[in-house]
Amino acid sequence: MYSLSIRESSKLLKAQGSLLFIESIPGVKYGELVEVALSNNEVRLGQVIDVSREVTVVQVFGGVSEVDLKGSKVRYKGETLKIPVSVDMLGRIFDGLGRPIDGGPRVVPEEYLDIHGAPLNPASRLPPSEFIETGLSAIDGLASIVRGQKLPIFSGSGLPHNRIVAQVVRQARVLGKEERFAIVFGAIGVSYDDAMFFIDNFKRYGALENAVAFINTADSPVIERIAVPRVALTVAEHLAWNHDMHVLVILSDMTNYCEALRELSAAREEVPGRRGYPGYMYTDLATIYERAGRVSGKKGSITQMPVLTMPDDDITHPIPDLTGYITEGQLVLSRPLWSKGIYPPFDVLMDLSRLMKDGVGPGKTREDHYGVFMQLYAAYAEGVRLRELSIVVGTEALTPRDKKYLEFADRFEEEFIGQGEYERRSIEETLDKGWELLSIVPEEDLKQVKVEHIKKYHPRYRNAPSH
Amino acid sequence: MTSGGRIYRISGPLVIADGMKGTMVYEVVEVGEEGLIGEVIGVEGEKAVIQVYEDTSGLRVGEPVRGTGQPLAAELGPGLIGAIYDGIQRPLPVLEGIVGFFVKRGVKASPLPRNKKWHFKPLVKVGDRVEPGSFIGVVDETLAVKHYIMTPLDIHGTVEEVVSEGDYSIVEPIAKVSGRDVFMLQKWPVRRPRPISEKYEPSEPLITGQRIIDFLFPLAKGGKAAIPGGFGTGKTVMLQTLTKWSWVDIAIYVGCGERGNEMADALHSFRRLLDPRTGKLIVERSVFIANTSNMPVAARETSVFLGTTIGEYFRDMGYHILLVADSTSRWAEAMREISGRLEELPGEEGFPAYLGSRLASFYERSGYVKALGKPDRYGSLTIMGAVSPPGADFSEPVTQATLRIIRALYLLDVALAYRRHYPAINWLTSYSLYTENISDWWFKNVGPEYRELRERALSVLQREAELEELVRLVGAEALPEEDKLILEVARMIREDFLQQSAFHEVDTYSPPKKTLLMMKAIMTFYNLALDSLRKGITVESIRKLPCRIKIGRMKDIAEGKVEEAFSNLIQDIKRDFESLIEEAKVLAYV
Repeated sequence: MYSLSIRESSKLLKAQGSLLFIESIPGVKYGELVEVALSNNEVRLGQVIDVSREVTVVQVFGGVSEVDLKGSKVRYKGETLKIPVSVDMLGRIFDGLGRPIDGGPRVVPEEYLDIHGAPLNPASRLPPSEFIETGLSAIDGLASIVRGQKLPIFSGSGLPHNRIVAQVVRQARVLGKEERFAIVFGAIGVSYDDAMFFIDNFKRYGALENAVAFINTADSPVIERIAVPRVALTVAEHLAWNHDMHVLVILSDMTNYCEALRELSAAREEVPGRRGYPGYMYTDLATIYERAGRVSGKKGSITQMPVLTMPDDDITHPIPDLTGYITEGQLVLSRPLWSKGIYPPFDVLMDLSRLMKDGVGPGKTREDHYGVFMQLYAAYAEGVRLRELSIVVGTEALTPRDKKYLEFADRFEEEFIGQGEYERRSIEETLDKGWELLSIVPEEDLKQVKVEHIKKYHPRYRNAPSH
Repeated sequence: MTSGGRIYRISGPLVIADGMKGTMVYEVVEVGEEGLIGEVIGVEGEKAVIQVYEDTSGLRVGEPVRGTGQPLAAELGPGLIGAIYDGIQRPLPVLEGIVGFFVKRGVKASPLPRNKKWHFKPLVKVGDRVEPGSFIGVVDETLAVKHYIMTPLDIHGTVEEVVSEGDYSIVEPIAKVSGRDVFMLQKWPVRRPRPISEKYEPSEPLITGQRIIDFLFPLAKGGKAAIPGGFGTGKTVMLQTLTKWSWVDIAIYVGCGERGNEMADALHSFRRLLDPRTGKLIVERSVFIANTSNMPVAARETSVFLGTTIGEYFRDMGYHILLVADSTSRWAEAMREISGRLEELPGEEGFPAYLGSRLASFYERSGYVKALGKPDRYGSLTIMGAVSPPGADFSEPVTQATLRIIRALYLLDVALAYRRHYPAINWLTSYSLYTENISDWWFKNVGPEYRELRERALSVLQREAELEELVRLVGAEALPEEDKLILEVARMIREDFLQQSAFHEVDTYSPPKKTLLMMKAIMTFYNLALDSLRKGITVESIRKLPCRIKIGRMKDIAEGKVEEAFSNLIQDIKRDFESLIEEAKVLAYV
């Protein structure tokens, strides 16, 4: 990992924010890692972010406070940020830069990998199509997730996204398959309680042995937050592509990541884009979210479920907005539903899984799945519309048909979206529940489902004796 | 050509080199010991500003920079069809063979296979005179595409030699004209439009199989259109659907700063689906350019111009080409990033002041043209660009700059998408300036009622929007019967005509005849319903007519059964209304 010639410089010119300006020495590499040795013997990591013949600019992880220009030294390591990876990391807990914090031994590396990875060749990718059953009706029925997909949860402060993620981790499985799977968890700037909530949950349900966690708590250096998702994904890629595992990566909370990115960009005095976030945030986020998928010739896969809290519940805020442009859909949590006491409070009208169509249907889930999804969605949208209308005109002005839709919307929220935190519904149960609720609305309105599926699954015909 | 250049500074995708004597803007250079591909975008004295199309991590100050003396050029010739390139025309499947499934930097591979033999048939003989662009021969590149070999645009004169029919590689000379060898492999600088003989006003529709486009806001061959929409509104599905079903000879799909999984999905579905008009696999008439969002940003711009150059090349053979670029916003963002690093004075929202002119230089390469050379050929390049406005706010600079250039607009509406009304094209705000020009085509080729049906449909939709305001206040039941009927018919137009599922095996492609007949059925219903209202029948009882369900299912009618099925449907509608009126008479009598 270290080059033979030790390259050092003590000609520090300027320290500002998290940046250190140093007189250049020959051979500095763009993006290489440096160690800044302070006069009090503390050592901080940094990275070269701009280099010219005269000046090298280093971004220091942990900031430049207490860096004195006279007594500090900069040591160039000749490498970009690499971490040791190994399958033995499963069951272990690390900090944001991949150093163990669970008191366990050092990991014996199988390889050192650059945390930035490399883009997957689009021609080598396979379109994701294997349905993952999470046991949650709102996801499985209406926004199905498939292996290799990246599907974020858009939450808000105080909403139960952690509990939902924990439930997904407990319950997720692929129908009819027993394969090696792993969970890689990257906690980015979260509170200690939140981090421990996950760790405890993994432990309690025996998931920890298949999980590896990277924890960057809210009080650790901001700049490390930039590294956490990349470190987590580097390990995930190792497990997926070198150990044939199906890896689910959970990154929480990406809002903290973006805040850190903004802080660094401001320190670099870059021209800000929307709301002060850097103009390259789309590209930067893409280098994280795009590290998901399946490739031909490999058994493993990487599925991502990033979590972000929408500032002020605003979906047009740059963080959810740019995320939504990169990910393959989104699962949005609703504060009104949560106030009504519905768990999990999925705002199903905002939810979308772009890859759902490839993962559902005959041979994958059930033949009627896509039609039932479309019909439930249409009926609920109609119910919600009428509910709003009835606020203005009163329920008396509604027709009997309209009232059916109101009943449907209420029961749909309580019985289909709502379910127990420890309740696992199979996809059949989810779809049958859907048909049960659809039987509330007039049958001639069921235009999205195939006629033969009505005859086969609609409760009216299902229980009737066949001729 | 420059030599002796050295890296002076590295900042992200930008590298400044000094000692670059004699370099010029847009010269391609090889940067560093690995020879990363870059392009000079600014020169000051002997210093050159270079944007590098590959990841610059690990580069060092002082590494060499070599000029190539050439601008960035596309390789053109047999082998393009079905190819998958990155933004600088590296063949991605070949790269996979060299370095595995991650795209590593510094890897080089020829865009077109050098060793593959193509069956070449000459179309000229010794002594013929050829002009730039004149056909020299032809290769059956795929089952769907005849690839004509044209005289390079800087050569003309007498054919001195030409090979006989047989198998040749693209680097073997196939003819000699005025003392110069002609090869099947030719090059063209991507930023320079290929010259043409004449450009015409687009007047033929480009049938896409999408009802809202073909019928309400038609696209024309050689036209330029944009499709802006927030995330989740279905831009990518729309563009993929257009490339699949449009009546074009060749489709070029430029994925520029977009999702890898979606590119994979497009690639795999194009290999499986058949073009409904030719019965050949769609991949046999497609070219892919994939520069996904996590690939180097500087290559987003080249991916767009590379696609355009390939499009123009096939257009010059007399073909009709559709190029879709998903998404031009990502390209604009790349421009912003580079411009920021150059410390240029920023314009609106940090975009460079030349955003508009750069976008125009792309869209303006569309057109319906007469190509250079013999025989006479007419071809077209249609350009459709996706725009991804932040927060679905159409007032942002990229959308606004695009609106000033394009002539057909398909605005994707977040509210429609949330209602799962797909395609989520807003019928009140979208437009096409090609409508007038192409009405004739519909009149002659599909049905004389086109113009009238279209205008009535639009006016019903417009009236619905006005009534909705009212409904929000008083409820639908308080409206007069005629207005209730408008709402009913508008709903039919929306749900049974405009909504079209990209994933339904039949409905994904709607041929023009079917599209017209669907609207005719709805309007027949409307006319008869209006008559009935005058006879005192209520909208409530019209809603219950069985033919409504049949109208709701007319999307499922397969292409082969269109005539018969619609003639039955229209009979059914008439019969339903007749019996409704009969019943009403009986009731009145009783």
